Amino acid sequence: MFRYTKLTALREVLVWIVTLVGLLPLYLLVVTSLKTDQEVLTTSAVALPSSVDFSAFVEVLTSTGRNSIPMSILNSVIITVGAIAGLVLLGSLTAYVIARRTRTWTNVTFYLVLIAIILPAQLGTVPLYIGARSVGLTGNALGMILLWIGILLPLSIFLYASFFRGLTTEYEEAAVIDGATPTQAFFRVVLPLMSPATGTVAILAGLIVWNDFFNSLIFLGGSETQTLPVAMYTYVGGLVSAWNKIFAVVIISMIPILAFYMFAQKRFIQGFAGGLKG
Amino acid sequence: MTVTTQDSTRTITVPPAARNTPPPRPRGGRKPLIQFGHWWWALPAVAAVIGVHYVATLTGGFFAFTNWTGLGDWDFIGLANFERIFSDPQLLGSVWNTLFLAFGSVILTNVFGLLYALAINRMLKTRYILRTLLFMPVVLSPLAVAYVWKFIFQFDGPLNGFLGLIGLEEFQKVWLADPTWSIWAILITVVWQQTGFVMVIYLAGLASVPIEVEEAAALDGAGIWGRFRHVVVPAIRPSIAIATTLGIIQGLRIFDQILALTGGGPAGATETLATEVYKQAFSLGQFGFGSSLALVLTLIILVFAILQQYVTRDRDAGKA
Repeated sequence: MFRYTKLTALREVLVWIVTLVGLLPLYLLVVTSLKTDQEVLTTSAVALPSSVDFSAFVEVLTSTGRNSIPMSILNSVIITVGAIAGLVLLGSLTAYVIARRTRTWTNVTFYLVLIAIILPAQLGTVPLYIGARSVGLTGNALGMILLWIGILLPLSIFLYASFFRGLTTEYEEAAVIDGATPTQAFFRVVLPLMSPATGTVAILAGLIVWNDFFNSLIFLGGSETQTLPVAMYTYVGGLVSAWNKIFAVVIISMIPILAFYMFAQKRFIQGFAGGLKG
Repeated sequence: MTVTTQDSTRTITVPPAARNTPPPRPRGGRKPLIQFGHWWWALPAVAAVIGVHYVATLTGGFFAFTNWTGLGDWDFIGLANFERIFSDPQLLGSVWNTLFLAFGSVILTNVFGLLYALAINRMLKTRYILRTLLFMPVVLSPLAVAYVWKFIFQFDGPLNGFLGLIGLEEFQKVWLADPTWSIWAILITVVWQQTGFVMVIYLAGLASVPIEVEEAAALDGAGIWGRFRHVVVPAIRPSIAIATTLGIIQGLRIFDQILALTGGGPAGATETLATEVYKQAFSLGQFGFGSSLALVLTLIILVFAILQQYVTRDRDAGKA
Protein backbone atom coordinates (compact mmCIF):
# COMPACT_ATOMS: atom_id res chain seq x y z
CA MET A 1 0.00 0.00 0.00
CA PHE A 2 2.99 2.37 0.32
CA ARG A 3 3.42 3.60 -3.23
CA TYR A 4 5.77 5.96 -4.96
CA THR A 5 3.51 9.02 -5.14
CA LYS A 6 4.09 12.68 -5.98
CA LEU A 7 4.66 13.20 -2.26
CA THR A 8 7.46 10.63 -2.30
CA ALA A 9 9.02 12.36 -5.29
CA LEU A 10 8.87 15.64 -3.40
CA ARG A 11 10.53 13.97 -0.42
CA GLU A 12 13.23 12.60 -2.70
CA VAL A 13 13.95 16.07 -4.09
CA LEU A 14 14.03 17.57 -0.59
CA VAL A 15 16.43 14.92 0.67
CA TRP A 16 18.71 15.60 -2.28
CA ILE A 17 18.72 19.33 -1.54
CA VAL A 18 19.56 18.67 2.12
CA THR A 19 22.33 16.24 1.13
CA LEU A 20 23.91 18.58 -1.39
CA VAL A 21 23.82 21.51 1.05
CA GLY A 22 25.34 19.20 3.65
CA LEU A 23 28.18 18.27 1.32
CA LEU A 24 28.89 21.91 0.44
CA PRO A 25 32.09 21.87 2.57
CA LEU A 26 33.54 19.23 0.24
CA TYR A 27 32.69 21.42 -2.77
CA LEU A 28 34.50 24.35 -1.14
CA LEU A 29 37.43 22.05 -0.48
CA VAL A 30 37.79 21.04 -4.12
CA VAL A 31 37.28 24.44 -5.76
CA THR A 32 39.61 26.23 -3.34
CA SER A 33 42.39 23.71 -3.85
CA LEU A 34 42.28 24.38 -7.61
CA LYS A 35 42.69 28.15 -7.28
CA THR A 36 45.91 30.14 -7.56
CA ASP A 37 47.34 31.96 -4.53
CA GLN A 38 45.92 35.20 -5.91
CA GLU A 39 42.44 33.84 -6.57
CA VAL A 40 42.07 32.41 -3.07
CA LEU A 41 42.25 35.91 -1.68
CA THR A 42 40.21 37.72 -4.32
CA THR A 43 37.37 35.41 -5.31
CA SER A 44 34.34 34.24 -3.33
CA ALA A 45 34.73 30.87 -1.63
CA VAL A 46 31.92 29.31 -3.63
CA ALA A 47 33.13 30.69 -6.98
CA LEU A 48 34.70 28.26 -9.41
CA PRO A 49 38.35 28.91 -10.25
CA SER A 50 38.78 30.85 -13.51
CA SER A 51 41.00 28.05 -14.75
CA VAL A 52 41.91 24.78 -13.10
CA ASP A 53 45.25 25.32 -11.44
CA PHE A 54 47.18 22.38 -10.01
CA SER A 55 50.11 24.45 -8.77
CA ALA A 56 49.09 23.98 -5.14
CA PHE A 57 49.18 20.21 -5.58
CA VAL A 58 52.51 20.37 -7.37
CA GLU A 59 54.00 22.49 -4.61
CA VAL A 60 52.71 20.20 -1.88
CA LEU A 61 53.84 17.02 -3.59
CA THR A 62 57.32 18.36 -4.27
CA SER A 63 57.82 19.60 -0.72
CA THR A 64 60.99 18.29 0.88
CA GLY A 65 62.50 18.11 4.33
CA ARG A 66 61.40 16.63 7.59
CA ASN A 67 57.69 16.93 7.05
CA SER A 68 57.63 16.37 3.32
CA ILE A 69 54.22 15.16 2.23
CA PRO A 70 55.46 12.43 -0.18
CA MET A 71 57.63 10.85 2.53
CA SER A 72 54.77 10.97 5.02
CA ILE A 73 52.46 9.25 2.52
CA LEU A 74 55.03 6.47 2.19
CA ASN A 75 55.28 6.18 5.99
CA SER A 76 51.51 6.09 6.36
CA VAL A 77 51.25 3.37 3.72
CA ILE A 78 53.97 1.26 5.38
CA ILE A 79 52.42 1.60 8.83
CA THR A 80 48.86 0.93 7.63
CA VAL A 81 49.80 -2.10 5.51
CA GLY A 82 52.06 -3.51 8.22
CA ALA A 83 49.39 -3.10 10.89
CA ILE A 84 46.70 -4.70 8.72
CA ALA A 85 48.96 -7.66 7.89
CA GLY A 86 49.73 -8.25 11.55
CA LEU A 87 46.12 -7.86 12.62
CA VAL A 88 44.88 -10.28 9.96
CA LEU A 89 47.50 -12.92 10.76
CA LEU A 90 47.46 -12.76 14.57
CA GLY A 91 43.76 -11.96 14.80
CA SER A 92 42.65 -14.87 12.63
CA LEU A 93 45.00 -17.41 14.25
CA THR A 94 43.95 -16.42 17.75
CA ALA A 95 40.25 -16.19 16.98
CA TYR A 96 40.40 -19.62 15.31
CA VAL A 97 41.87 -21.25 18.40
CA ILE A 98 39.46 -19.40 20.70
CA ALA A 99 36.38 -20.14 18.61
CA ARG A 100 37.11 -23.78 17.79
CA ARG A 101 38.43 -25.04 21.09
CA THR A 102 36.28 -25.11 24.19
CA ARG A 103 38.47 -24.97 27.19
CA THR A 104 38.37 -22.72 30.19
CA TRP A 105 41.39 -20.75 28.98
CA THR A 106 39.77 -20.00 25.61
CA ASN A 107 36.69 -18.62 27.34
CA VAL A 108 38.83 -16.53 29.67
CA THR A 109 40.81 -15.24 26.71
CA PHE A 110 37.62 -14.30 24.90
CA TYR A 111 36.45 -12.25 27.88
CA LEU A 112 39.89 -10.61 28.16
CA VAL A 113 39.49 -9.56 24.53
CA LEU A 114 35.95 -8.26 25.04
CA ILE A 115 36.92 -6.14 28.06
CA ALA A 116 39.94 -4.79 26.17
CA ILE A 117 37.61 -3.51 23.43
CA ILE A 118 35.60 -1.52 25.97
CA LEU A 119 38.60 -0.36 28.03
CA PRO A 120 39.44 3.24 27.04
CA ALA A 121 42.97 3.59 25.67
CA GLN A 122 43.88 6.98 27.19
CA LEU A 123 45.22 5.74 30.46
CA GLY A 124 47.63 3.32 28.82
CA THR A 125 49.14 5.89 26.50
CA VAL A 126 51.72 7.33 28.89
CA PRO A 127 53.11 3.96 30.06
CA LEU A 128 53.12 2.65 26.48
CA TYR A 129 55.03 5.70 25.33
CA ILE A 130 57.60 5.33 28.10
CA GLY A 131 57.91 1.61 27.45
CA ALA A 132 58.29 2.11 23.70
CA ARG A 133 60.82 4.89 24.23
CA SER A 134 62.97 2.75 26.49
CA VAL A 135 63.25 -0.02 23.89
CA GLY A 136 63.70 2.32 20.91
CA LEU A 137 60.27 1.83 19.39
CA THR A 138 59.30 5.49 19.26
CA GLY A 139 59.96 7.52 16.16
CA ASN A 140 59.99 4.64 13.73
CA ALA A 141 57.50 2.74 11.60
CA LEU A 142 58.13 -0.63 13.27
CA GLY A 143 57.13 0.73 16.67
CA MET A 144 53.97 2.22 15.21
CA ILE A 145 53.04 -1.06 13.50
CA LEU A 146 53.53 -3.03 16.74
CA LEU A 147 51.58 -0.44 18.71
CA TRP A 148 48.64 -0.60 16.31
CA ILE A 149 48.65 -4.39 16.29
CA GLY A 150 48.47 -4.31 20.07
CA ILE A 151 45.75 -1.67 20.19
CA LEU A 152 43.49 -3.18 17.53
CA LEU A 153 43.99 -6.90 18.14
CA PRO A 154 40.92 -7.17 20.41
CA LEU A 155 38.73 -5.78 17.63
CA SER A 156 40.32 -8.09 15.05
CA ILE A 157 40.01 -11.19 17.26
CA PHE A 158 36.41 -10.36 18.10
CA LEU A 159 35.40 -9.91 14.45
CA TYR A 160 37.17 -13.08 13.31
CA ALA A 161 35.75 -15.08 16.23
CA SER A 162 32.19 -14.17 15.32
CA PHE A 163 32.81 -15.17 11.69
CA PHE A 164 34.46 -18.49 12.69
CA ARG A 165 31.49 -19.37 14.90
CA GLY A 166 29.29 -19.14 11.83
CA LEU A 167 31.51 -21.43 9.75
CA THR A 168 30.98 -25.19 9.84
CA THR A 169 33.98 -27.35 10.74
CA GLU A 170 33.41 -29.70 7.82
CA TYR A 171 35.87 -27.94 5.51
CA GLU A 172 38.91 -28.31 7.73
CA GLU A 173 37.87 -31.84 8.74
CA ALA A 174 37.75 -32.81 5.08
CA ALA A 175 41.16 -31.21 4.57
CA VAL A 176 42.67 -33.06 7.54
CA ILE A 177 41.19 -36.38 6.43
CA ASP A 178 42.77 -35.74 3.03
CA GLY A 179 46.12 -35.47 4.79
CA ALA A 180 46.56 -31.77 5.54
CA THR A 181 48.32 -30.68 8.72
CA PRO A 182 46.42 -28.26 11.01
CA THR A 183 48.59 -25.42 9.66
CA GLN A 184 47.80 -26.30 6.06
CA ALA A 185 44.12 -26.74 6.84
CA PHE A 186 44.04 -23.28 8.36
CA PHE A 187 45.99 -21.33 5.76
CA ARG A 188 44.80 -23.19 2.64
CA VAL A 189 41.18 -23.90 3.56
CA VAL A 190 39.85 -21.89 6.49
CA LEU A 191 41.49 -18.50 5.97
CA PRO A 192 40.46 -18.20 2.30
CA LEU A 193 36.86 -18.88 3.40
CA MET A 194 37.21 -15.99 5.85
CA SER A 195 37.73 -13.31 3.22
CA PRO A 196 34.61 -11.36 4.29
CA ALA A 197 36.01 -11.20 7.83
CA THR A 198 39.44 -10.28 6.52
CA GLY A 199 37.85 -7.51 4.46
CA THR A 200 36.02 -6.10 7.48
CA VAL A 201 39.13 -6.22 9.66
CA ALA A 202 41.26 -4.62 6.94
CA ILE A 203 38.76 -1.83 6.31
CA LEU A 204 38.14 -0.93 9.95
CA ALA A 205 41.79 -1.22 10.99
CA GLY A 206 42.99 0.51 7.83
CA LEU A 207 40.69 3.49 8.39
CA ILE A 208 41.62 3.85 12.05
CA VAL A 209 45.36 3.63 11.39
CA TRP A 210 45.41 5.78 8.25
CA ASN A 211 43.33 8.56 9.80
CA ASP A 212 44.96 8.51 13.23
CA PHE A 213 46.52 11.69 14.48
CA PHE A 214 46.82 11.32 18.27
CA ASN A 215 49.01 8.20 18.45
CA SER A 216 51.25 9.28 15.57
CA LEU A 217 51.69 12.68 17.17
CA ILE A 218 52.86 11.10 20.42
CA PHE A 219 54.81 8.07 19.29
CA LEU A 220 56.47 9.68 16.26
CA GLY A 221 56.70 13.18 17.74
CA GLY A 222 59.78 15.11 16.67
CA SER A 223 61.28 12.24 14.66
CA GLU A 224 62.18 11.93 10.98
CA THR A 225 59.33 9.49 10.45
CA GLN A 226 55.97 11.23 10.20
CA THR A 227 52.60 9.95 9.10
CA LEU A 228 50.42 11.94 6.75
CA PRO A 229 48.11 13.47 9.40
CA VAL A 230 51.04 14.68 11.52
CA ALA A 231 52.87 16.02 8.46
CA MET A 232 49.62 17.73 7.45
CA TYR A 233 49.31 19.28 10.91
CA THR A 234 52.89 20.57 10.83
CA TYR A 235 52.66 21.69 7.21
CA VAL A 236 49.40 23.56 7.74
CA GLY A 237 50.81 25.18 10.87
CA GLY A 238 53.43 26.84 8.69
CA LEU A 239 50.95 28.10 6.11
CA VAL A 240 48.96 31.12 7.16
CA SER A 241 45.71 31.19 5.19
CA ALA A 242 47.28 29.66 2.06
CA TRP A 243 44.07 27.71 1.76
CA ASN A 244 44.70 26.37 -1.73
CA LYS A 245 47.84 24.62 -0.45
CA ILE A 246 46.21 23.52 2.82
CA PHE A 247 43.34 22.02 0.86
CA ALA A 248 45.70 20.37 -1.61
CA VAL A 249 47.25 18.51 1.37
CA VAL A 250 43.81 17.73 2.74
CA ILE A 251 42.63 16.33 -0.60
CA ILE A 252 45.79 14.27 -1.02
CA SER A 253 45.18 12.75 2.40
CA MET A 254 41.59 11.92 1.45
CA ILE A 255 42.17 10.41 -2.01
CA PRO A 256 43.37 6.93 -0.99
CA ILE A 257 40.52 6.49 1.50
CA LEU A 258 37.89 7.80 -0.90
CA ALA A 259 39.21 5.60 -3.70
CA PHE A 260 38.82 2.53 -1.48
CA TYR A 261 35.43 3.78 -0.33
CA MET A 262 34.07 4.17 -3.85
CA PHE A 263 35.46 0.77 -4.76
CA ALA A 264 33.96 -1.07 -1.77
CA GLN A 265 31.38 1.26 -0.25
CA LYS A 266 28.93 -1.54 0.58
CA ARG A 267 31.59 -3.37 2.57
CA PHE A 268 32.63 -0.15 4.31
CA ILE A 269 29.08 0.59 5.37
CA GLN A 270 28.35 -2.98 6.41
CA GLY A 271 31.65 -3.19 8.23
CA PHE A 272 30.80 -0.11 10.25
CA ALA A 273 27.17 -1.02 10.88
CA GLY A 274 27.94 -4.63 11.80
CA GLY A 275 31.55 -4.62 12.93
CA LEU A 276 31.43 -1.86 15.51
CA LYS A 277 28.25 -3.15 17.08
CA GLY A 278 30.32 -5.60 19.14
CA MET B 1 30.61 -35.05 16.30
CA THR B 2 30.88 -32.08 14.05
CA VAL B 3 27.68 -30.62 15.38
CA THR B 4 28.71 -31.10 18.99
CA THR B 5 31.96 -29.22 18.57
CA GLN B 6 30.25 -26.47 16.64
CA ASP B 7 27.60 -25.92 19.25
CA SER B 8 29.78 -26.24 22.28
CA THR B 9 31.89 -23.34 21.03
CA ARG B 10 28.79 -21.23 21.40
CA THR B 11 28.65 -21.73 25.15
CA ILE B 12 30.38 -18.37 25.42
CA THR B 13 27.23 -16.56 24.40
CA VAL B 14 24.46 -19.00 25.24
CA PRO B 15 23.88 -19.67 28.94
CA PRO B 16 24.05 -23.40 29.79
CA ALA B 17 20.42 -23.46 30.89
CA ALA B 18 19.24 -22.24 27.52
CA ARG B 19 21.25 -24.73 25.49
CA ASN B 20 19.37 -27.51 23.80
CA THR B 21 22.48 -29.25 22.54
CA PRO B 22 24.44 -31.97 24.33
CA PRO B 23 26.86 -30.63 26.96
CA PRO B 24 30.52 -30.37 25.97
CA ARG B 25 32.67 -33.46 26.17
CA PRO B 26 33.88 -34.22 29.67
CA ARG B 27 37.50 -33.38 30.25
CA GLY B 28 40.01 -36.04 29.40
CA GLY B 29 37.42 -37.84 27.31
CA ARG B 30 37.72 -38.85 23.69
CA LYS B 31 40.05 -36.61 21.69
CA PRO B 32 38.37 -34.50 19.01
CA LEU B 33 38.29 -35.95 15.52
CA ILE B 34 40.75 -33.36 14.35
CA GLN B 35 42.90 -30.80 16.02
CA PHE B 36 41.87 -27.22 15.36
CA GLY B 37 45.17 -25.45 14.90
CA HIS B 38 47.71 -25.34 17.71
CA TRP B 39 47.01 -23.78 21.08
CA TRP B 40 50.19 -21.68 20.93
CA TRP B 41 48.82 -19.81 17.91
CA ALA B 42 46.98 -17.64 20.40
CA LEU B 43 50.07 -16.90 22.47
CA PRO B 44 51.51 -13.77 20.74
CA ALA B 45 48.12 -12.10 20.53
CA VAL B 46 47.20 -12.86 24.12
CA ALA B 47 50.56 -11.50 25.31
CA ALA B 48 50.08 -8.36 23.19
CA VAL B 49 46.54 -7.74 24.45
CA ILE B 50 47.55 -8.20 28.08
CA GLY B 51 50.62 -5.97 27.65
CA VAL B 52 49.12 -3.15 25.59
CA HIS B 53 45.72 -3.03 27.24
CA TYR B 54 45.90 -4.39 30.76
CA VAL B 55 49.45 -3.81 31.98
CA ALA B 56 49.64 -0.37 30.36
CA THR B 57 46.28 0.75 31.76
CA LEU B 58 47.09 -0.46 35.27
CA THR B 59 50.50 1.19 35.16
CA GLY B 60 48.86 4.41 34.00
CA GLY B 61 46.43 4.17 36.89
CA PHE B 62 49.40 3.88 39.24
CA PHE B 63 51.23 6.87 37.68
CA ALA B 64 48.12 8.95 38.34
CA PHE B 65 49.03 8.97 42.05
CA THR B 66 52.63 10.07 41.52
CA ASN B 67 54.47 13.24 40.52
CA TRP B 68 56.63 11.51 37.94
CA THR B 69 58.02 13.72 35.17
CA GLY B 70 59.41 10.95 33.00
CA LEU B 71 62.95 11.36 34.31
CA GLY B 72 64.55 10.69 37.63
CA ASP B 73 62.87 10.23 40.96
CA TRP B 74 59.22 10.31 41.73
CA ASP B 75 57.10 10.24 44.83
CA PHE B 76 53.81 8.68 45.62
CA ILE B 77 51.66 11.74 46.34
CA GLY B 78 48.24 10.22 46.94
CA LEU B 79 45.31 12.28 45.77
CA ALA B 80 47.23 15.53 45.30
CA ASN B 81 46.91 15.38 41.49
CA PHE B 82 43.16 15.03 41.75
CA GLU B 83 42.87 17.87 44.25
CA ARG B 84 44.74 20.02 41.75
CA ILE B 85 42.38 19.04 38.91
CA PHE B 86 39.22 19.78 40.85
CA SER B 87 40.43 23.09 42.26
CA ASP B 88 41.70 24.51 38.96
CA PRO B 89 38.90 26.38 37.14
CA GLN B 90 40.68 25.90 33.80
CA LEU B 91 40.79 22.11 34.24
CA LEU B 92 37.24 21.97 35.56
CA GLY B 93 36.25 23.91 32.45
CA SER B 94 37.90 21.24 30.34
CA VAL B 95 35.82 18.59 32.11
CA TRP B 96 32.66 20.52 31.23
CA ASN B 97 33.81 20.98 27.65
CA THR B 98 34.43 17.24 27.39
CA LEU B 99 30.89 16.51 28.59
CA PHE B 100 29.38 19.27 26.40
CA LEU B 101 31.01 17.92 23.24
CA ALA B 102 30.09 14.32 24.07
CA PHE B 103 26.43 14.98 24.85
CA GLY B 104 26.02 17.66 22.19
CA SER B 105 27.40 15.40 19.49
CA VAL B 106 25.40 12.38 20.64
CA ILE B 107 22.11 14.28 20.69
CA LEU B 108 22.62 16.09 17.38
CA THR B 109 24.05 13.15 15.41
CA ASN B 110 21.27 10.87 16.66
CA VAL B 111 18.49 13.32 15.81
CA PHE B 112 19.87 14.14 12.36
CA GLY B 113 21.00 10.57 11.65
CA LEU B 114 17.62 9.10 12.58
CA LEU B 115 15.66 11.73 10.62
CA TYR B 116 17.84 11.14 7.58
CA ALA B 117 17.57 7.36 7.89
CA LEU B 118 13.77 7.61 8.16
CA ALA B 119 13.66 9.97 5.18
CA ILE B 120 15.56 7.64 2.86
CA ASN B 121 14.56 4.29 4.39
CA ARG B 122 11.67 3.35 2.13
CA MET B 123 10.54 4.12 -1.37
CA LEU B 124 13.25 6.55 -2.46
CA LYS B 125 14.72 5.41 -5.78
CA THR B 126 18.14 6.90 -5.08
CA ARG B 127 18.48 5.85 -1.45
CA TYR B 128 21.67 3.88 -1.97
CA ILE B 129 23.38 6.83 -3.64
CA LEU B 130 22.20 9.12 -0.86
CA ARG B 131 23.45 6.70 1.77
CA THR B 132 26.85 6.50 0.08
CA LEU B 133 27.11 10.29 -0.11
CA LEU B 134 26.10 10.95 3.49
CA PHE B 135 28.42 8.25 4.82
CA MET B 136 31.40 9.67 2.93
CA PRO B 137 32.55 12.13 5.65
CA VAL B 138 32.77 9.24 8.14
CA VAL B 139 35.72 7.65 6.34
CA LEU B 140 37.72 10.88 6.12
CA SER B 141 40.39 11.82 8.62
CA PRO B 142 38.95 14.00 11.42
CA LEU B 143 41.96 16.26 11.10
CA ALA B 144 41.37 16.84 7.37
CA VAL B 145 37.67 17.52 7.99
CA ALA B 146 38.58 19.98 10.72
CA TYR B 147 40.72 21.99 8.28
CA VAL B 148 37.80 22.26 5.85
CA TRP B 149 35.63 23.68 8.64
CA LYS B 150 38.43 25.94 9.84
CA PHE B 151 38.26 27.58 6.42
CA ILE B 152 34.48 27.93 6.70
CA PHE B 153 34.71 29.52 10.15
CA GLN B 154 37.45 32.01 9.18
CA PHE B 155 36.56 35.64 9.74
CA ASP B 156 36.68 36.29 6.00
CA GLY B 157 35.37 32.77 5.32
CA PRO B 158 32.20 31.44 3.70
CA LEU B 159 30.05 31.38 6.87
CA ASN B 160 30.45 35.08 7.61
CA GLY B 161 30.17 35.75 3.88
CA PHE B 162 26.82 33.95 3.82
CA LEU B 163 25.57 35.80 6.91
CA GLY B 164 26.50 39.09 5.26
CA LEU B 165 24.73 38.06 2.07
CA ILE B 166 21.40 37.45 3.82
CA GLY B 167 21.68 40.63 5.88
CA LEU B 168 22.68 39.15 9.23
CA GLU B 169 25.90 41.12 9.63
CA GLU B 170 25.38 41.41 13.38
CA PHE B 171 25.86 37.64 13.71
CA GLN B 172 29.24 37.68 11.99
CA LYS B 173 31.95 36.60 14.40
CA VAL B 174 35.51 35.47 14.64
CA TRP B 175 34.04 32.05 15.31
CA LEU B 176 37.20 30.20 16.30
CA ALA B 177 38.50 32.95 18.57
CA ASP B 178 35.21 33.58 20.34
CA PRO B 179 35.16 32.22 23.92
CA THR B 180 31.46 31.29 23.67
CA TRP B 181 31.10 30.13 20.09
CA SER B 182 34.37 28.34 19.38
CA ILE B 183 33.18 25.20 21.20
CA TRP B 184 30.05 25.23 19.01
CA ALA B 185 32.23 25.40 15.93
CA ILE B 186 34.00 22.23 17.10
CA LEU B 187 30.65 20.60 17.84
CA ILE B 188 29.34 21.38 14.34
CA THR B 189 32.49 19.94 12.77
CA VAL B 190 32.11 16.71 14.74
CA VAL B 191 28.38 16.40 14.06
CA TRP B 192 28.87 16.98 10.33
CA GLN B 193 31.37 14.13 10.17
CA GLN B 194 29.60 11.63 12.44
CA THR B 195 25.97 11.92 11.32
CA GLY B 196 26.50 9.47 8.46
CA PHE B 197 27.78 6.85 10.88
CA VAL B 198 24.69 7.11 13.08
CA MET B 199 22.46 7.05 10.00
CA VAL B 200 23.98 3.75 8.88
CA ILE B 201 23.34 2.18 12.29
CA TYR B 202 19.70 3.33 12.15
CA LEU B 203 19.27 2.13 8.56
CA ALA B 204 20.42 -1.33 9.67
CA GLY B 205 17.88 -1.18 12.51
CA LEU B 206 15.07 0.08 10.28
CA ALA B 207 15.68 -2.77 7.86
CA SER B 208 14.41 -5.08 10.61
CA VAL B 209 10.95 -3.43 10.64
CA PRO B 210 8.74 -5.51 8.33
CA ILE B 211 6.93 -3.27 5.88
CA GLU B 212 3.76 -5.34 6.43
CA VAL B 213 3.62 -4.34 10.09
CA GLU B 214 3.93 -0.68 9.21
CA GLU B 215 1.27 -1.05 6.54
CA ALA B 216 -1.06 -2.84 8.94
CA ALA B 217 -0.58 -0.05 11.48
CA ALA B 218 -1.32 2.53 8.78
CA LEU B 219 -4.47 0.63 7.76
CA ASP B 220 -5.57 0.60 11.38
CA GLY B 221 -5.40 4.38 11.29
CA ALA B 222 -2.02 5.05 12.87
CA GLY B 223 -0.52 8.33 11.70
CA ILE B 224 3.12 8.94 10.97
CA TRP B 225 3.89 9.74 14.61
CA GLY B 226 1.90 6.80 15.91
CA ARG B 227 3.69 4.40 13.55
CA PHE B 228 7.03 5.89 14.55
CA ARG B 229 6.29 5.72 18.26
CA HIS B 230 4.72 2.26 18.44
CA VAL B 231 6.16 0.33 15.50
CA VAL B 232 9.52 1.82 14.56
CA VAL B 233 10.97 2.86 17.93
CA PRO B 234 10.52 -0.54 19.63
CA ALA B 235 12.16 -2.23 16.65
CA ILE B 236 15.18 0.05 16.53
CA ARG B 237 15.78 0.17 20.29
CA PRO B 238 19.00 -1.89 19.96
CA SER B 239 20.22 0.56 17.31
CA ILE B 240 19.54 3.47 19.65
CA ALA B 241 21.58 1.77 22.36
CA ILE B 242 24.51 1.14 20.01
CA ALA B 243 24.46 4.58 18.41
CA THR B 244 24.31 6.46 21.71
CA THR B 245 26.88 4.29 23.49
CA LEU B 246 29.43 4.51 20.67
CA GLY B 247 28.66 8.21 20.29
CA ILE B 248 29.30 8.97 23.97
CA ILE B 249 32.56 7.01 23.99
CA GLN B 250 33.77 8.73 20.81
CA GLY B 251 32.49 12.12 21.92
CA LEU B 252 34.38 12.03 25.21
CA ARG B 253 37.62 11.44 23.30
CA ILE B 254 37.40 14.24 20.70
CA PHE B 255 40.93 15.49 20.15
CA ASP B 256 42.02 15.96 16.52
CA GLN B 257 39.35 18.52 15.68
CA ILE B 258 40.18 20.69 18.69
CA LEU B 259 43.88 20.73 17.96
CA ALA B 260 43.25 21.65 14.33
CA LEU B 261 40.50 24.22 14.88
CA THR B 262 41.44 26.12 18.03
CA GLY B 263 44.37 24.37 19.68
CA GLY B 264 42.34 24.56 22.89
CA GLY B 265 42.01 28.36 22.75
CA PRO B 266 40.96 31.08 22.98
CA ALA B 267 42.49 31.19 26.48
CA GLY B 268 41.66 27.53 27.14
CA ALA B 269 37.97 27.95 26.27
CA THR B 270 37.91 24.77 24.16
CA GLU B 271 40.29 22.55 26.13
CA THR B 272 38.97 19.08 26.92
CA LEU B 273 40.37 16.30 29.07
CA ALA B 274 41.84 14.69 25.94
CA THR B 275 43.74 17.83 24.93
CA GLU B 276 44.83 18.46 28.54
CA VAL B 277 46.20 14.91 28.82
CA TYR B 278 48.24 15.54 25.70
CA LYS B 279 49.48 18.94 26.86
CA GLN B 280 50.32 17.98 30.44
CA ALA B 281 51.89 14.60 29.72
CA PHE B 282 53.55 15.09 26.38
CA SER B 283 54.13 18.83 25.94
CA LEU B 284 55.02 19.58 29.57
CA GLY B 285 56.40 16.16 30.52
CA GLN B 286 54.11 15.92 33.57
CA PHE B 287 53.57 12.19 33.22
CA GLY B 288 52.09 11.76 36.68
CA PHE B 289 49.67 14.65 36.41
CA GLY B 290 48.77 13.78 32.80
CA SER B 291 47.99 10.23 33.92
CA SER B 292 45.66 11.51 36.63
CA LEU B 293 43.77 13.53 33.98
CA ALA B 294 43.64 10.40 31.82
CA LEU B 295 42.30 8.46 34.79
CA VAL B 296 39.50 11.00 35.25
CA LEU B 297 38.68 10.74 31.53
CA THR B 298 38.78 6.94 31.68
CA LEU B 299 36.45 6.85 34.68
CA ILE B 300 34.01 9.23 32.96
CA ILE B 301 34.04 7.04 29.83
CA LEU B 302 33.50 3.85 31.84
CA VAL B 303 30.72 5.36 33.95
CA PHE B 304 28.80 6.60 30.93
CA ALA B 305 29.36 3.42 28.93
CA ILE B 306 28.05 1.30 31.80
CA LEU B 307 25.22 3.71 32.62
CA GLN B 308 24.20 3.71 28.97
CA GLN B 309 24.13 -0.08 28.85
CA TYR B 310 22.12 -0.19 32.06
CA VAL B 311 19.56 2.40 30.96
CA THR B 312 18.89 0.82 27.57
CA ARG B 313 18.79 -2.70 28.96
CA ASP B 314 16.44 -1.73 31.76
CA ARG B 315 14.00 -0.13 29.34
CA ASP B 316 14.08 -3.26 27.18
CA ALA B 317 13.23 -5.43 30.14
CA GLY B 318 10.40 -3.15 31.18
CA LYS B 319 8.82 -3.37 27.74
CA ALA B 320 9.12 -7.10 27.31
